Amino acid sequence: MHPFLSAVIGGALIGFSVVLLMFLSGRIAGISGIVGGLLPPKLADDWRLRFAFIAGLLLSPLILTAVAGFNGIGAPTVGFAILIPAGFLIGAGSALGNGCTSGHGICGLARLSPRSAVATMTFMAAAAVTVFVMRHVI
Amino acid sequence: MSEILVGLISGFIFGLGLCLSGLADPSVVQSFLDIAGAWNPALLFVMGAGLTVTLIGYRLVFAQGRPLWSQRFSLPTSTAIDAPLISGAVIFGVGWGLAGYCPGPALVSLASGRMEVFVFVTAMVTGMIAVQWMRASPAALPTGLGQG
Repeated sequence: MHPFLSAVIGGALIGFSVVLLMFLSGRIAGISGIVGGLLPPKLADDWRLRFAFIAGLLLSPLILTAVAGFNGIGAPTVGFAILIPAGFLIGAGSALGNGCTSGHGICGLARLSPRSAVATMTFMAAAAVTVFVMRHVI
Repeated sequence: MSEILVGLISGFIFGLGLCLSGLADPSVVQSFLDIAGAWNPALLFVMGAGLTVTLIGYRLVFAQGRPLWSQRFSLPTSTAIDAPLISGAVIFGVGWGLAGYCPGPALVSLASGRMEVFVFVTAMVTGMIAVQWMRASPAALPTGLGQG
């Protein structure tokens, strides 16, 4: 499959899941928010829904591999020395900014939220500058 | 019960989308972000398709007045474009650029069984807990950071 075609299908599936969750339970499908509600200091009241969502997410590549023989998961491009601080930054930043690529970039933009538009442009720009520095400066 | 079913199905479809989209491959993500290098626009198609479906779908869903299996829509109420939002987005963006993983793809990539991904997800969860803990005790923070 052409990578652009699988990108369109993948994006449409993400959108469908986001709409389905809103249609059935009225919730925003933002991954960092869903995970955050399962973490201290306070377990969210709807923890069953959140836990089940994460379980479904974790199952998907296993079932895709069993059925189609691939899962689209690539290898890390950097070592532990970068992965560990990067992981901490992604967790802390999404908690502080109340959202990540899914919550702001898909759900928020689709609700025409100015807050999410500013967040999305900001993290896209920060990420692009970071990659520029990593690949073309250092 | 319905809560668990809704979560499982929507999480599963979301995960399939991530797997097909290329977002679970950090090299695809970083080449999308590398606008000065060999730019790979594939993720524009992901975002375009995802946003189109969600823009239309949300309109139809909100027109129903309430969700099918819940009393009301639980939507974010904050509209403030404030320091936590901007600084959080910058911190998140730097991490995303460095590793090429955002939270969903990082979780999906656990299926590869790679130690790097487990360590990454552990660091991510630690960062989330650290900020949530600070926000739960606003006395430890300058004013304005305690809510969002």
